[in-house]
Formats: sequence, C-alpha cells, structure tokens
Amino acid sequence: MKIIVAVKRVIDYNVQVRVKADGTGVEKENVKMSMNPPDENAVEEALRIKEAGNANEVIIISIGDEKSQETIRTALAMGADKGILVKTDKEVEPLAVSKIISKVAEKEKPEIILLGKQAIDDDSNQTAQMVSAILNWPQATFASKIELKDNEAIVTREIDEGLETIKLSKPFVASCDLRLNEPRYASLPNIMKAKKKPIEIIEVGDLNIDIEPRIEQIKVEEPPVRQKGVMVSDVAELVNKLKNEAKVI
Amino acid sequence: MSNEVHREEMEYDVVIVGAGPAGLSAAIKIKQLDSNINVCVLEKGSEVGSHILSGNVFETRALNELIPDWKDKNAPVKTKVEKEKFLFLSKNNSFSWPTWLLPAVQQNHNNYIISLGNLCKWLAEQAEALGVEIFPGFPASKILFSKDDKVIGVQTGDMGINKEGNKKESFEPGINILGKVTVFAEGCRGHLGKEIIKKYSLNKDKSPQQYGIGFKEVWEVEDSQHDKGLVLHTTGWPLDNSTYGGSFCYHAENNKIYIGYVVGLDYKNPYLSPYDEFQRFKTHPSIIKYIKNGKRISYGARALIEGGLQSLPTMHMPGALIIGCDAGTLNMPKIKGSHTAMKSGIIAAETICEYIQSNKPLSNFEIKFKNSWLYKELYQARNVKPSFNWGLIAAILFTGIDQIIFRGNMPFTLKHKHADHETLLPISKVKKIDYPKYDSKITFDKTSSVYLTGTNHEDDQPVHLQLKDKNLPINYTLSKFDEPAQRYCPAGVYEIDRSDSLNPKFVINAQNCIHCKTCDIKEPSQNINWVVPEGSGGPNYSGM
Repeated sequence: MKIIVAVKRVIDYNVQVRVKADGTGVEKENVKMSMNPPDENAVEEALRIKEAGNANEVIIISIGDEKSQETIRTALAMGADKGILVKTDKEVEPLAVSKIISKVAEKEKPEIILLGKQAIDDDSNQTAQMVSAILNWPQATFASKIELKDNEAIVTREIDEGLETIKLSKPFVASCDLRLNEPRYASLPNIMKAKKKPIEIIEVGDLNIDIEPRIEQIKVEEPPVRQKGVMVSDVAELVNKLKNEAKVI
Repeated sequence: MSNEVHREEMEYDVVIVGAGPAGLSAAIKIKQLDSNINVCVLEKGSEVGSHILSGNVFETRALNELIPDWKDKNAPVKTKVEKEKFLFLSKNNSFSWPTWLLPAVQQNHNNYIISLGNLCKWLAEQAEALGVEIFPGFPASKILFSKDDKVIGVQTGDMGINKEGNKKESFEPGINILGKVTVFAEGCRGHLGKEIIKKYSLNKDKSPQQYGIGFKEVWEVEDSQHDKGLVLHTTGWPLDNSTYGGSFCYHAENNKIYIGYVVGLDYKNPYLSPYDEFQRFKTHPSIIKYIKNGKRISYGARALIEGGLQSLPTMHMPGALIIGCDAGTLNMPKIKGSHTAMKSGIIAAETICEYIQSNKPLSNFEIKFKNSWLYKELYQARNVKPSFNWGLIAAILFTGIDQIIFRGNMPFTLKHKHADHETLLPISKVKKIDYPKYDSKITFDKTSSVYLTGTNHEDDQPVHLQLKDKNLPINYTLSKFDEPAQRYCPAGVYEIDRSDSLNPKFVINAQNCIHCKTCDIKEPSQNINWVVPEGSGGPNYSGM
C-alpha cells in the first residue's frame, strides 16, 4: 500500500516576512526556505503508518522549481522512500496543485494522500478538499489522530466546537493538523542516505492539465502598524476616551 | 546518560566545525588541491549564513587566491567602495578627518561593500560543487580525543532532550564524526575553541585575548539619502575618551544601508550598555540624515576578536587546527577579519593536504603562516589596539606615527594588560549612565530588535547558558556591578526580576540568545558558560 504526501517549500516560519518595496509580492531572495510545518506532520504520520506495517511505500510529491527538491530531500531524510518533483517556475494556485496531485495519484495509485492542513505562506487551506473532490475520495481535514483498521480509518478532527471523530474508507485524503504528532529530526546518517534516494522529475507541461491562474494579484501590502496603547487612570477616563476619541460607544 | 546511548560513527578525512569564511575556504582549498580527500563541514545555524554577522567592507585578496574567477561565478561581491569618510563626533558636531591622512590600512578604495552571510552561502555552493559535504543544523557539541590525547573528531549535539535533561519522544542521539584532521573554525569565542585552547595551553605566553561587541542593522532608505559605495566610519561620541569603539555606515546596493557600532569589551563602567550606545549613536545629526524615515529591516550582534598577534594562540595541535576568528586572525586597524580568516583557511588546507598525502606534521602550519602576507599584516597591525589603553586621543596620535610613518614596523610590541572580564569597576566607583528613551523610529527596544533576528530555539531543552555558580549573580554580581549582563547582552537574555523586591531573581531567557558570546567573555567572574543549544537554534540572519 502506498501513501502520497504532498509537501510545499515555503519561507521558514522564523523569518520575518517583508513586503517588496514595489508591492508585487514578498521578499524571497536570500530568505531561508523550509518545509511547510503541517506538511512535516503529514510526512511523520505517513512514516508511522508505514512503520506500523500498514503501508509499504511513502512517496513525497512537491510542485515548484528545481529548489523544491531540497524540501523533498528533507522528507526523504526523515525516512520517505522516493520523491516526485513536478517542475514549474510559475505560481500555482490550489486548484492547479490539486489537479497535479490527483493526476500523479491516478498513476501511482496510493490508498492514502496526506497533506498539511494549509500552507503558512498563502494560508489557502483548499488543496486537500479539492483533491478529494477531483478524485471523488472521502476526506478528513484537520486530522489530529488517524487510526487505521483494515480498509477503514478513524480520524479525529480539530474543529471549532472541539473534536469530531469520523470514519472513512480507503482510499482517502487527509489534511494534517500540527497536533497530529511531533515530527522526527532527520539524523546525519539519514541525510546522507537520502542523497541516494530517487527523485523523479516531471515537467508540468507533460501532464496535460490546465494550471492557468484564476486569480489576479493586484497588490501586496503590510498590515498597518498597530498604534501605541495609552494607560488610563480610571474608568471614567476610559469611558470618556471610548466615547469621544475612539467613538465606539 | 550519554554513555548509555548508542552513537553512530561517520568517518571523514577532514572535519571542519563552522561554515564561515575560514571553514569554507579551508574546505574549498582542500578539494582544489586533492579531490580525493573527503571533507565535511558542520554548521550550528539552520543554514549557511544564518549565524554570520559582519559589517562588511571586504578586501578580495584571499578570495582572488581561492577562486580567481569569482566575478564570472557571480559571487555576491558587487558594490565597489566609491567614497570614504572618517568623522570624529562630538555630541552635536562632527569633524571630518581628511582621507589622505588616514593610514593606508584604513583606506578602502579597492574594496567592496558586501553581506558576509551572502558570501558564505555562495562559498558553500562552490564547496558543495567540489564535493564537500555541508551539514547545517548540526552543531559540534563535544571534542573527541584518542587515548593519547589527540583530537580525533567531534560529536554532534543530541536532539530532543527536554528542560530537565531527559529524552523526549523525538530524541535523536548526536553522532561521532571522526576525521584525520579536525579544523575548528567556529568564529570568535567558539565554545570548542575555548576548550581546546585551554586543554593544549595554546595561549601560553600570549597576551590575554581582547574582544569587542559589534552591532549591525540594515536599513532601507530613500534614493535621496542613499549614496551607493559610500563608506563612513566614526569615532568619539557617544563613547567617552576612555572607552574603545566606533561606528560604520556602509551604503550597499538596493538602497540599503548597513549601520553598526563596535564597543571594546574592555570597557570599565558596568552601567555602560553597548546596545544603548549604538541606539543613541544613530540619533547624531551626521547619521540620522541617512536613515530618517527609512525602514529598519534587520538587526544583529556578535562578539569580535581584537587581540591581534599578541593574543593569537598557537593554531595547531595534535590532530587539529584552529583558524579564523576562532583563533583570532582579525586585523583590528583595518577593521576587517574576513580576508584574514579566509587566508588562514587556505593555509590550513595546504598544511592538511601535505599531512594526509605525505605525513608532514600539522605544525608546518606555523611556518606557512609566518611566511604569508597574513602574518605580515597582523604584525604591522599589532600595536594599534593596545595603544587605546592610553585613551582615544593619545591612541590616534600614536597610531598615526605607528601606521603612517613606521608602517607598523616599530621596534617594540605593546602588550594587552587585562582580559576583558577583569576591567569592570564596582558601581561605587562609577557614575550611572542615563540613556534616552527609544522613539521606535530611529531607536528601538531590545525586544523589537530581537524580533528582527528571527531567533528561535526549541523551548523544551536544557538552558544553554550555564551558570557555574547559580547564586553568584544575585549574591555578588548584582551588588558589586549591578549585574551588567542586563546591559551587555544585546538580546535581553538576562534580567533581574524584582517582582519580589526582597528577593530579586536572576532570569535567563535563553530562547532570545543570538549566539554573540558576549556573556561568556565579559561576565566578571567568568560565571557564564555558553554551550551549544539544539541544532538549528539561534538567529536566522539573512543578508547580514
């Protein structure tokens, strides 16, 4: 049984993201990139499923330029078996990403597709859902626990009201929450081994799918700087300020 | 605990600790001389360059030797120095020192304004293309010795240890990396370098090492404020005549200004806050004009080494070499350490190749070093820093005579008298310094500054700033020196918590640490020991 895990190369979560001076996007030059954090949870979960004997191959897929191979290598160093890079220099929107993943899945025939619940750069939170729709597979989003039993999975989901437990049958798509597990560190010997693991490179054009963007980005701006707070001496002053300065009551 | 852990071993010909200019130059040169020698480089930062911080006006001499076609290979060395200024500052005025009266070592017209972090990234790419294996995120935490006390490699840090020192679910033991030769290239005050210098008494008969703390901010400014290629240095205000220090202000590409300040860590007043000196320096009329209405995009700080030749330890030992600022090859009057670090790496590489190929001793490093331009440079520079013991004005006069007339070849060598941790006076003998409030436009508090460094440490891990005596900060250092760690730390790691006014507490916010090593150097009782935290921890500088 195969598992496909989709991973995205994003600006590292420790980096203070800066908007480019001309407003066309954010500064990516000389900025540290790494694997989208919830994607690490997805890789970890796939490896645990395999280690428990419920899968025999973990395939990592990433979409992007040449450098996305580094992100795939990170997952291979954690223990995944092989990688697939769908190469494109263009920006791909969640719909295009979903089509590409579905296309690859049709060929690889996995029984589970795992993704991070959303990417920390565009925060779209759409890909898992759309993959499920395109493949017509059941979906479990925001998974914080995945238990496999025969041809079924019991998945606990993090939802606004608390936790929801659902049952779904294989094949299925799940998006992973940060609470799902604690991703392992890649050890040095495993990083060395990962250098020899295969990464298949597919040109996006060879997949014959329409990845044209549906959204036009007009401008990127930083949020306004928060004003400094003021200390008030008593309730009367607070009420006065809320009424006459802030005009909110 | 570590005894029970099974550790894997990896063997290389050469293990280099630290992917800075010295370590990467050594790695590249070894591969150029003999591609069969296998080399690995360990780096504690999350990627190459993330722990690099430097001015930087770069002299290309060593790079020309290492990679002569660096221009064709698109090295990030592009902005030539076009104009130079040197200012003496008083509180509201400045006096411009004519550049032709500057000693040759302080003239920069053939140099470039660069980001050393970006240069290191590029050097790492060159090294990898030659087959060097570089492992960022893997700090060397321990030195491995053979039974006959020879260095045989290093152990990488354990990952996944919690605050109490117990293994977490994610525990991943460090591994032993063995090498025929180990090269310590950790930069100024490396924690293994410190240990190895002590173990082999490499600094025997040398002057105590001298350090400074350097700050750097990158600003993005309007076209009208920017003068690409301008290199401006200042001395004087806000420091007094007896405190050693000065500033730099470099106009780099893309409307960026690198602005920074260095304070000698031999300062005497425990109330002095190097961070606040830097912040108020920026408000001087001849500086603020460049950055007013601009945007500060990066901040960082790092200790630098200033002792020069008198303090330079022996750089070879059984099984290992120590190079670059880990030993102390910075040229102080030139205010440059990158080209000298790189040259020490090149010399190390030549020594190592001969050692591995034809069994020539590592002590040959000494001979090669003494015959190199690096030694000549450091020899001529040697008397400048110690002369600052006489105060700024006397030192400038002396430096003028020493550097312009004698070109550094005076027939005597001045010594450094004290180690930096010995120089603080008790608070009873000094005046308190009142620093102006931050305006959040030109001057900023430490919290918002640290935010810009992208610093991160896994929070559930042992504190990597170890106190030899836990009670000393409150029982002794607080009353005698008003605990100067609160002020010399550029990242707000150390605080005195007075919420219980009768029982003040010494707080260590280790997560804020930007790995500058100042506490390890300046703590008056040498009570703080900086050890390496879990891999990838620390700042995430980009383009610094």
